[in-house]
Amino acid sequence: MSERAEPLSFQEMILRLHAFWSAQGCLILQPYDMRMGAGTFHPATTLRALGPEPWSAAYVQPCRRPTDGRYGENPNRTQHYYQYQVILKPNPENLQELYLQSLAAIGVDPLAHDIRFVEDDWESPTLGAWGLGWEVWCDGMEVTQFTYFQQIGGFDCKPVAGELTYGLERLAMYIQGKDSMFDLAFNDPKSPRGAVTYGDVFLENERELSKYNFEVADTAALFDGFVKAEAEAQRCIDANIPLAAYDQAIEASHLFNLLQARGVISVQERASYIGRVRDLAKGSCQAWIEKNEARWAQQFPGWTV
Amino acid sequence: MSDFLLELRSEEIPARMQAGARASLEKLLREQLSAAGVAVGAITVWSTPRRLALIARDLPQATAAVSEEAKGPRTSAPPQALEGFLRKTGLTQDQLTERDGVWFAITEKPGRATKDVLAEAIPAIVRAFPWPKSQRWGAASISTESLRWVRPLLGIVAILGEDLVETEVGGIASGYATKGHRFHCPGEITIGSVADYQDKLRACHVIVDHVEREGLIRDKAKAAAEAAGLTLVEDEGLVIENAGLTEWPVPLLGRFDPEFLEVPPEVIQLTARTNQKYFICRDADGKLANAFVCTANIEASDGGAGIVAGNRKVLAARLSDARFFWQQDRKVSLADQAKKLERITFHEKLGTVADKVERVAKLARWLVEQGIVKPSPLQGRGLGEGATRDLSERPLSPEGEREELANHAEQAARLCKADLVTEMVGEFPDLQGLMGGYYARAEGLPDAVADAIRDHYKPVGQGDDVPTAPVTVAVALADKLDTLRSFFAIDEKPTGSKDPFALRRAALGIIRLITENGLRLSVGEGELLAFFADRLKVQQKEAGVRHDLIDAVFALGGEDDLVRLLARVHALQAFVGTEDGANLLAGYKRAANILKKEEFAGQPLSYTPEPAEQALIDALASAGPKAAEAVAAEDFAGAMSALATLRAPIDAFFESVTVNDADPAKRSNRLALLDRFRVAVHNVADFSKIEG
Repeated sequence: MSERAEPLSFQEMILRLHAFWSAQGCLILQPYDMRMGAGTFHPATTLRALGPEPWSAAYVQPCRRPTDGRYGENPNRTQHYYQYQVILKPNPENLQELYLQSLAAIGVDPLAHDIRFVEDDWESPTLGAWGLGWEVWCDGMEVTQFTYFQQIGGFDCKPVAGELTYGLERLAMYIQGKDSMFDLAFNDPKSPRGAVTYGDVFLENERELSKYNFEVADTAALFDGFVKAEAEAQRCIDANIPLAAYDQAIEASHLFNLLQARGVISVQERASYIGRVRDLAKGSCQAWIEKNEARWAQQFPGWTV
Repeated sequence: MSDFLLELRSEEIPARMQAGARASLEKLLREQLSAAGVAVGAITVWSTPRRLALIARDLPQATAAVSEEAKGPRTSAPPQALEGFLRKTGLTQDQLTERDGVWFAITEKPGRATKDVLAEAIPAIVRAFPWPKSQRWGAASISTESLRWVRPLLGIVAILGEDLVETEVGGIASGYATKGHRFHCPGEITIGSVADYQDKLRACHVIVDHVEREGLIRDKAKAAAEAAGLTLVEDEGLVIENAGLTEWPVPLLGRFDPEFLEVPPEVIQLTARTNQKYFICRDADGKLANAFVCTANIEASDGGAGIVAGNRKVLAARLSDARFFWQQDRKVSLADQAKKLERITFHEKLGTVADKVERVAKLARWLVEQGIVKPSPLQGRGLGEGATRDLSERPLSPEGEREELANHAEQAARLCKADLVTEMVGEFPDLQGLMGGYYARAEGLPDAVADAIRDHYKPVGQGDDVPTAPVTVAVALADKLDTLRSFFAIDEKPTGSKDPFALRRAALGIIRLITENGLRLSVGEGELLAFFADRLKVQQKEAGVRHDLIDAVFALGGEDDLVRLLARVHALQAFVGTEDGANLLAGYKRAANILKKEEFAGQPLSYTPEPAEQALIDALASAGPKAAEAVAAEDFAGAMSALATLRAPIDAFFESVTVNDADPAKRSNRLALLDRFRVAVHNVADFSKIEG
């Protein structure tokens, strides 16, 4: 007898992913407490992907992309959303299999739904990073970015880390059969404390933050903040505290994104700002490597930068 | 004789790389076999997203034994020579053979088992494989020297006859085992030989032959559309791409909300094709239907209903985005959108796109006001482009028509780049121009203006249509002329293979606009004119026009009107093809050579000329001016006829008159005569540039 299961709520889906990846030996980390455009920016991915030490972690990361704001009026696009991020270094041989098992764990049946690995090479100009991989399609919808990191901050990944980035809202919309992310069941609809939708939690947030990002944010303060973060990052690099320097790179990157949303960065300036953020990220990665490379070389004979 | 099977199984290979990979695999194997002296029969290569498979027929069990002979020193040579030879060959003297007083080192190379050859060839092929992009992976990637492949390489099947070719590369050992379909048959399959490979995979839901999958997609997608009473829009690129994404393709037809059909069909087709890899369909009237065909990779447990529903939702999200853009963009007039172009840099030395638009608008108007682009003859009678004029309205005077055309051209030029800042073109850059046309029509601009905005990038490629509607021609020409002149003015010219601003394409577009519409204008001067001459030669080559004839006309200088130039070249090509033409050319070359040798400069006549000499003088007196007049009247055939009358006199002259006469006066005057002959010919073209 097959019992038709209720689709998972948003939060239950996250809990299942945590349970799955925890059982695979991943650390379950918490979101990084800074505003960032993607889970890859979390130092648990960017910095930990460098060097020879094995590292396996999974976490949810809230992402802010100011230019994607639609005042809560577009069912698929928001300036704030969640990514589920898994990083495994070195990538295990069966990473694809593990990934597919994780989909099964949240209720995706690969014999009823069309799962496909479609070429999509990942590149982050602001992180000086690239990798090869796919976007994973489920019935034509991109639900995950699957990447084998080749370089971060301009440095070769030795060894290569596998990175999985699940778009949580998209997956949930798919699993729950909803057309708008605001209609997603955040918790169990039969919860004794009442059903709560994603919209209950975030719709007003989208309206206000879209207005802030596009209309209100003080551009002079943002420009000022960018310059200060840049200076601060350099001071941290000079003080040999790369983790603190990297925080400032994240900060500068977000301020740049806000300036973009405010429409005050011209096309030709854009490339130069991206270059400045990349320099901060690269500088932080370089400082991180320089601080650790002697230890790494000692623990992993034969390893070099 | 045995057949050989090689399967290289990996994680998903990008669809676009599979054709190249098949060719590389065959080439590399042939190189390896040929280097080892192994003869091979037919080779077949197949690909799926998860494997490259090669079947080589009729391999021998072993290569033939060969005897290699190295020639050494003469037996009479000093002992040092022999020592050197022994060192080089690693032999001792008793192992050498003496023949005719010379030492030879003869090595008998026994035949090698083909299996051993293959065992060495496979790792070499894998390591040398030319993927456009490759990666490292896994624990071994702690070193950057670790194996690279397009995506992680998972397994190697290598079987010669029924025997395993034992080999290993990057820690992956060959075996008999492969895998079937990722979801339908996730377990291992054991392959016995070439004979059972394809069938065993098929039994495990893998159609390994990509051509078979392509055929299947082509037929079933078509059938799915027909079953719904629709016609599939055939798209071979999509067939190949979908075959490269599936091991067990299952085309499925789905429907989308017909309300989305308010969005321009090109937008729907583009998003369906590029973002989702769906085919689209047309209804009985040939209009875009609210249907798509996706290609799944599984035989779904529910017959595909869930897959279709999921894909429909994804397409709906994309189309609602497109519809949102379509609605948003139309809230702002193109004129207001165009103001935003001030924020976009065209080139740092050439200002913003708004600056470019201003130049193009002025130039487009000028092209009309100068009468270079003329109103089409049917305009004013309600039958021309934009047949929107009220028929009761009085026809415009010629001046009025020209003024209206100038106004339309300027207006269209001012708006032609406005769609670059729309949401739709931001999302789908390929739709530039097309969307501008839609938005212009939606805001009620004249059709002629909307058409010009839509088509002003044309002609884009060799096969693209050339605009003929006057407003479009004016804007398309002005846009390209401005681009070319501006970049030449800041010294940004194409060099070698580098043409970052696509100036060659712009020049070609200008040439086609001018020649196919018969436009009369100066295209430029100096380097720019030379650039056009080069492009013209390349372009006309296809039409069978000789490049040396184009040179012959350009060499006269002062010709910057491409229509006149081509007319002259065509007449010239016809003429040099005639007997008169060919002989005249020979006479010309003879005259020119003599003149060149004598470093001639002209002088007056002071003696009684010989008859043939006088005949040539008379012929020149008549033909020279005639040719010049005909050229001025652009009667190039007439000019050629005038030249043709010189053929007999010049032949007779060379026949009976001695140019280099002992009398310096005669000599000098005859050279003068030849010079006049040359000048007369130059009325038409510089024949020295003509080959042959």
